[in-house]
Amino acid sequence: MTVSSREKILSGIRRGLKRGPLEGSARDAVEARLADLKRNLIPARGQLDRAGQLRLFREMAEMLDATVEIVDGPDAVPAAVDGFLGRHNLPKTLRMAPHETLEALPWAEKAPLLELNRGAARVEDQAGLGMAFAGVAETGTLVFLSGGNSPATVNFLPDNHVAVLRASDIAGAYEEVWTRIRADREPGTLPRTVNLISGPSRTADIEQMLIKGAHGPRRLHIIIVPDDEAA
Amino acid sequence: MQTTSHAFKDNARKAMADVDLRTALKRVETGFTTARRKAADRLPEFEDLRDAGRDIKNHVLENLDFYLERFEERVIAQGGKVHWCSTPREARETILKLCRSVDARTATKGKSMIAEEIALNPFLEANGIEPIETDLGEYIIQLADEPPSHIIGPAVHKTKDQVSDLFLEHHWKYGRTERQTDPQALVNEAREILRQKYVDADVGITGANFLVAETGSTIIVTNEGNGDLTQMLPKMHIVIASLEKIVPTLDDMATIMRVLARSATGQEMSVYTTLSTGTRREGDLDGPEEFHVVLLDNGRSEMVGTELQELLRCIRCGACMNHCPVYHTVGGHAYGWVYPGPIGAALDPHFLGIEEARHLPSASTFCGKCEEVCPMRIPLPRIMRYWREQAFERRVGPPLERAGIRFWAFFARRPALYRLATRLAIRVLRRLAGRRGVLTALPFAGGWTDGRDLPAPEGRTFQELWKSGRRSP
Ligand code: SF4
Repeated sequence: MTVSSREKILSGIRRGLKRGPLEGSARDAVEARLADLKRNLIPARGQLDRAGQLRLFREMAEMLDATVEIVDGPDAVPAAVDGFLGRHNLPKTLRMAPHETLEALPWAEKAPLLELNRGAARVEDQAGLGMAFAGVAETGTLVFLSGGNSPATVNFLPDNHVAVLRASDIAGAYEEVWTRIRADREPGTLPRTVNLISGPSRTADIEQMLIKGAHGPRRLHIIIVPDDEAA
Repeated sequence: MQTTSHAFKDNARKAMADVDLRTALKRVETGFTTARRKAADRLPEFEDLRDAGRDIKNHVLENLDFYLERFEERVIAQGGKVHWCSTPREARETILKLCRSVDARTATKGKSMIAEEIALNPFLEANGIEPIETDLGEYIIQLADEPPSHIIGPAVHKTKDQVSDLFLEHHWKYGRTERQTDPQALVNEAREILRQKYVDADVGITGANFLVAETGSTIIVTNEGNGDLTQMLPKMHIVIASLEKIVPTLDDMATIMRVLARSATGQEMSVYTTLSTGTRREGDLDGPEEFHVVLLDNGRSEMVGTELQELLRCIRCGACMNHCPVYHTVGGHAYGWVYPGPIGAALDPHFLGIEEARHLPSASTFCGKCEEVCPMRIPLPRIMRYWREQAFERRVGPPLERAGIRFWAFFARRPALYRLATRLAIRVLRRLAGRRGVLTALPFAGGWTDGRDLPAPEGRTFQELWKSGRRSP
C-alpha cells in the first residue's frame, strides 16, 4: 500500500514538472545547494557586535515577559536560582537537567537548602532548571538541545522554567546557532528535540486576550553568566 | 469534515445575523491586522524576506520529489519512518494502524489543519480511540463539536461567555462545578485538566509547519507549549503533514520563520519553535520511542505544474483571512470547509470540486489585500479568477449565475476597466436602490452578495465601500 502511494506521489510530481527523477547537472545543482548550507538574508538586527547582541537579547526577552538576570559569575548561579524560588514563594525544590555545567556549580555551598532532583521532569515538579545551548539576540530566543544531560520535559512541564545561559553563547541570528549545532555532529542529523523558546507560554484563544501560562511554563527566568569581555 | 460550501450564500446570511460573531470578527479585523503592520514595520528587511521565502518555496516545488526523498532518508537514518499517503482515507487508516500497534486508548493532539482535512477525530473516535485536542482553541471547539473557523485561531468565533458555559458543562465530571468567567481562570482550568491527559496518552499527534530535508526534522510553531507536551510524553509521536511543507535546509526554514509569526499574529517569533528529529536517542531521559511522519498528498502533486502550483507555497499563516473584508463579514464557518478566507476560496475548489465550492471564488471584493499581505506572495485573486472561469466553462451552477460570471470575467481580467465601470455604474446603482437606499442585488459582484443588502453607494465604488468598512447592518 505505502510503496505504491510513494511511487504514485513521486511520479505525479514528476509528471507535473515534465521530467523524470532529477539527474545529471540538475541533480548536482540541487545537491550542491544542500551541501553548501548557504545562509539567506539575515536582518541587520541579527548582526550586531557582541555587546549589542547581549543588550538586544535582554531587551527582546523582556519584551516577551521573560525575566533576565545577569549574575557576576558561575558561582552566583545557585543563589540566583534560590532567590527566584524565594521571590515567587516556591518550595525549595528543583528539577535540574543533569548538565555538566550545572552539576559543576557550588550548590551545596551557596544554596544549601535547595533540594535538587535530576532527570526528566514530572507533572508535580514546580520548577525546572535547564542549561541553554544558545541564545538568539534577534528575538530573545533560547535554544535547548535534548540529550542525556538535557531532558526536554524540564523546559515544559514545570510551571516555572529557569534557564542558565552563557553570555558567549548568545548569537545574533538563528543561522549562527545552526552552524554551531552542525559543528559537532554527523551531517544531516540533529538531537531528537531542538527547542527554540521565546518567553513563557501564552495563549490568545479566548477573545484574543493575551493570557500567560497556557500549557508550558507560566514564568521564564533567564540567568546570564558573563564569560567574555562583552558582558 | 462535512462540507457545506455549496450553501455558502445561506451560511453567509446566517453568519451576518449573528451578533456575537460580528463582535468576534471585528477583533480579527482590528487586532491581527494592526499587530501584523507593527511587526512588519519593526523589521526593515520584512519585504525582502518575503521575496526570499517565495524564492525558496519556488525552488522547492521545482525539486519537490528530490527533497521529499531526501527528507525520508534522513528520517529513517534517525530511527523514524515516513508513510506516504495519497488520500485522506489512507492517512486515517495509517494513523489508526499505528495507534493500534501500541494499543492506544487515547491520543493527545496538537493543532493540525491536515488532521482537519482528513477528518481524523471522528474516525479515531469511531474506532475506539479518544482524540484529545490540547491547543486551547482546538480544545474549545472540540467541546463545542464545531469545526475551526480560522486556520490559526480555531475558536476566534467563540465568546468568553460561551467558553465559560462549555467548560462548566464538560468539566462537571472532573468536579469543576463553578462557572469561571475570568479568562485566566478559564485557561488555568483547561491547563489543569489537560495536564494528566498528556501523561496518560499512548500516542501524541502533531502537525508540522515545516519539514526539513537536510535533517529529516519536522517543525511545529506554537505559543502554548501544548504541541511539545503532546509529543514528548507518550511513547509514540505521529506527525501528520502535507508534502508541500518541505524546505531544503535549516537556514531556509529560518528565513520563512521570520515572516511566519509576524504575518500571522504580529509576534516577532512564536513562543515555541520545536524541531523534532527521529526517536529518543540512547541515553536520552525523555522523548518518544517511535516517530512516524504521515505524509499526505491529497491531490497536491496534481497541482504541480499547473495554475495552482503557487498555492503550494502557502505557510498557513492566516494573514489573507485576517485582512479579507469578506472573511470579516461572514467568518470562517460560512466557507463550509476546512480552509476559509482567500486561501480557502483558492484551495477548496481543488479539494471539493468546483461544483461544490463554486461560490467560494466569487467571495471576493477585488480589494487585493490578501495578495498584498501574503508572506509567500501567492496571487490569490488570480487563482480565484481561474476558478470562476473554470466554473463557467464547466457549466456548473444555474444558468443565471453563469451569465453573471461571463459578464464578471470580462471585467475581472481588466481591473482598471472594472473600476471605471463600477464608478460609472454608481449612478445606475443608486437609481436601482431607489428611496430605500439599499441594494438587494449587486450586478457586478456576482453570487455571494445575492443573499444580503448592501448600502447604496454614496458616490463611492463597491471596492471603496468595502475598504472603508462600510457594510450592511
Ligand atoms: S495564502 Fe498566504 S496569507 Fe494566506 S495563509 Fe497562505 S501564506 Fe498566509
